Amino acid sequence: MNFPILSSLILLPLVGSLFILFVKSDSSNTHQSSKYVALFTSFVNFFISIYLWYLFDNTISEFQFVEDKEWLKGFVNYKVGIDGISILFILLTTFITPLSIIAINNSISFRLKEFLIAILVMESLMIGVFCSLDLIIFYLFFEGGLIPMFLIIGIWGGTRRIYSAFKFFLFTLLGSVLMLVAIIAIYWITGTTDVVQLYEFGIDWKYQNLLWLAFFSSFAVKTPMWPVHTWLPDAHVEAPTAGSVFLAAILLKLAGYGFIRFSLGLFPIASDFFTPLIYSLSLIAIVFISLVALMQDDMKKLIAYSSVAHMGFVTLGIFTLTQQGIEGSIIQMISHGLVSAALFLCVGVLYDRTHSRLINSYGGIVSIMPKYAVVFMIFTLAAIGLPGTSGFIGEFLILLGAFQKSIITALIASLGVIFAAAYMLWLYKRVVFGNLINKELFKIPDLNKSEIFILWSLAIPTLFFGFYPEPLINTIEISIQDLIQMYDLNLSSYAEFNGDDLIK
Amino acid sequence: MIDNLNFIYPEIFISLSIMFLLLLGVFKKNSNSLVYNFSIIFLIFTLALIFNNPLQSNIYLFNDSYEINFFSSFMKILTISSGSFVLIASSRYLRIFKIFQIEYSILLLSSILGMMVMISSNDLIVFYIGLELQSLSLYVLASFNRDQIKSSESGLKYFILSALSSGLLLYGCSLIYGYTGSTNFIIISENIDPIKYGLTFGIVFILVGLAFKISAVPFHMWAPDVYEGSPTSVTLFFAVVPKIAALTVFIRFLYVPFINMIDQWQIIVIFLSIASMIFGALAAIGQKNLKRLVAYSSIGHMGFALAGLSTGTNEGVQSSIIYISIYILMNLGLFSCLFMLKRNDKYYENIDDLSGFSKNHPLISLSLLIILFSLAGIPPMAGFFAKFYLFKAIVKESMYFLAITGLLSTVISAFYYLRIIKIIYFDQEKEKYDSDYSIGLKLTLSLSTLLILLYFIYPSRLVEIVSRINII
Repeated sequence: MNFPILSSLILLPLVGSLFILFVKSDSSNTHQSSKYVALFTSFVNFFISIYLWYLFDNTISEFQFVEDKEWLKGFVNYKVGIDGISILFILLTTFITPLSIIAINNSISFRLKEFLIAILVMESLMIGVFCSLDLIIFYLFFEGGLIPMFLIIGIWGGTRRIYSAFKFFLFTLLGSVLMLVAIIAIYWITGTTDVVQLYEFGIDWKYQNLLWLAFFSSFAVKTPMWPVHTWLPDAHVEAPTAGSVFLAAILLKLAGYGFIRFSLGLFPIASDFFTPLIYSLSLIAIVFISLVALMQDDMKKLIAYSSVAHMGFVTLGIFTLTQQGIEGSIIQMISHGLVSAALFLCVGVLYDRTHSRLINSYGGIVSIMPKYAVVFMIFTLAAIGLPGTSGFIGEFLILLGAFQKSIITALIASLGVIFAAAYMLWLYKRVVFGNLINKELFKIPDLNKSEIFILWSLAIPTLFFGFYPEPLINTIEISIQDLIQMYDLNLSSYAEFNGDDLIK
Repeated sequence: MIDNLNFIYPEIFISLSIMFLLLLGVFKKNSNSLVYNFSIIFLIFTLALIFNNPLQSNIYLFNDSYEINFFSSFMKILTISSGSFVLIASSRYLRIFKIFQIEYSILLLSSILGMMVMISSNDLIVFYIGLELQSLSLYVLASFNRDQIKSSESGLKYFILSALSSGLLLYGCSLIYGYTGSTNFIIISENIDPIKYGLTFGIVFILVGLAFKISAVPFHMWAPDVYEGSPTSVTLFFAVVPKIAALTVFIRFLYVPFINMIDQWQIIVIFLSIASMIFGALAAIGQKNLKRLVAYSSIGHMGFALAGLSTGTNEGVQSSIIYISIYILMNLGLFSCLFMLKRNDKYYENIDDLSGFSKNHPLISLSLLIILFSLAGIPPMAGFFAKFYLFKAIVKESMYFLAITGLLSTVISAFYYLRIIKIIYFDQEKEKYDSDYSIGLKLTLSLSTLLILLYFIYPSRLVEIVSRINII
């Protein structure tokens, strides 16, 4: 494969955003044309990534489509490549981007051009994160994503947008700078930052705990895990719908991906050591944050908190270190990407019409917006994890993995499923059913064509993968097997070295 | 002896051109603009003369008191090119402020001459002469807008404090001479006797004097006032050019004669560095005036450059040099934007004047955005790479405390850079500013922005050049 397909995936949105930059910005006509340019580039990117999935060979665990070019001489190479884990995230990114661009209708009335540029730059940075195979390159993309997201929240957000943008930026920056020190330290310890080589040779176990903590500080903020989750509800509430969709569907997945690729892959012994920490933080996120979500009166905030709880499942699943657990986590992330994006869009639909996000200003929507009620229900059920939706597959596999390791953990985690049902169904009941009291609601129209298109194109994969998750599992299976094998090997050799039986 | 004079052609040429311009200015009426343009041309010609020297040569002149090598040539190139960009960018500003006089460019040239002498000095006396030539020109430049009280005040303040630090520095020189018997760097390094504590005192005094020149905490008090009071074009000069020379002397002084006494000075440099990084970050948060803010941010950046020096390795020195090169680039861009904040022949320099700037001036705001994110050290801008090389060198020496303090102060300083971005992009717009920029200004801004933004595409070149500087 000579054609640099991954680099072109990364570069294409940038080219598109350059085009948009040089479109003259005066009339509404140019707004349309810049939107078409953005849509066109993101759709082309989506089809390229589908083609990539088609070309992808899921019978081998090695990295594929690897490009390796000299960048910082004798030090860092520009190295990208994908395996079964990363390709799904790339697909998710390229799938969500065009949808969020379509979702910009009237909600962003000013500076549309800049918004589209920010979204496209964001897309290319996110693809870069998921396929970079060098720690420095990874950091570059990982941090670079802060800039467009800061602008998206700050320029187009609601009333408290500045506070949330600053909180988002400074929290994540603080987490990441420690990771930068750790990356440089890895370079001096091992002499390389190439992930493939690091997988092969491993890092001396003496350093692993500290390095793991440095990476953890960055990933925990991005996940976000309790107690550093507080930026997320603020950022979500104030971000415009398209920004929220992007944030929930893609940005939150960075950390989960990072945990699998780097924390488990590079520091197996430390991961084993810190598993109880992750378990407890995840359980707090699942139970405590679910209760917090139950008490929200702002729809967007409620969904934001539910995201934190869902990510708690993801981290739990990753650190069960079982085939099922990790597979479940990845499917949960993909499913959460689809479902939370759709839920934010659903809230956005209502917000565009009434400019209120408060739950108690709605009620009885079903009688005026029946189409909306159907779609909203599908996603509510998917968020709960009802069998037949992709959410179920993820949560079920995670709990299956957790049961193998610790029954108590699994029992507490299952409580989260019940809580999720409580807050989601209660939300649905209060918004959609009941009496139509608010007079303003009488004249609002049902979904228009583009909204139907977006929401159903999210609903179809949600349902499809709920009934038939084989394509997802097939893609990731071998890579995860390989990861776990490597992990167990590392652990047993460490135990041998120390003469005790940590494996038990 | 005479054969070697061709190595100092740049210095000779610039001295001659200063005299020529002085005569031209005196004898020809209304020659302001002529002298100004000539000085730019002469600077560029000097640059060419430096390139004319064989860059890899390592030559000692005048009884080993003057050294020309790759390091000094590189730093001179940086000094002269940034000096000429300062001149290119600020002509319109000077005209509007009615300080477009012949003395301005002549003083600027003579301070650059002083810096070139400093950079090449291999002897305490030569170094001191260069330093004084540089400083005396800067005192006058700081108070150049003499009708304004603030400008005169800043010149006087700078003069008094700087004279004090020069006194300390001279005292340090005399102590070192007393304990080693020479003023020559090489002979000093041969005669070091670590048991003599007077020598340590000498080093400390000189470090204090140098720390004053690069405004490292706790010798930074002059910087905010002088930056605020001086005309903006002079502030730009202050923020960029003297730092290069002072940092070079810092490096040469610590690494040529006293590298074996690293255990004596390392802790001092680390302290200066940490104090500057943290103080620069914290103090900048409350500022309202952009020039004061730049003063504090440059204090912080100098702290980073010193962090590289404190490692005591070639890599540390190289990373400091990379840092300062990128720092120059960012400051040139930032100040070009400041020069653009003009409405009806009045310049604005408060942060609030930038409010909603992006609505009326999208392109300038975009470049300001890039420059500010770069100053904050966010990838993929050039500023990130500057910090990255630095931390790479620091972590290699296992100085984790310094690295983590540096990174935390990066996070703090990100806050005030973000605040400016917030004001530019998120706040309500004000009146439009004039948009009749001079070509030089546009050139400086677009060049620096593009270099900052696109640095990541081919980052190896600068590293390659700098890695040829091996000071130890």
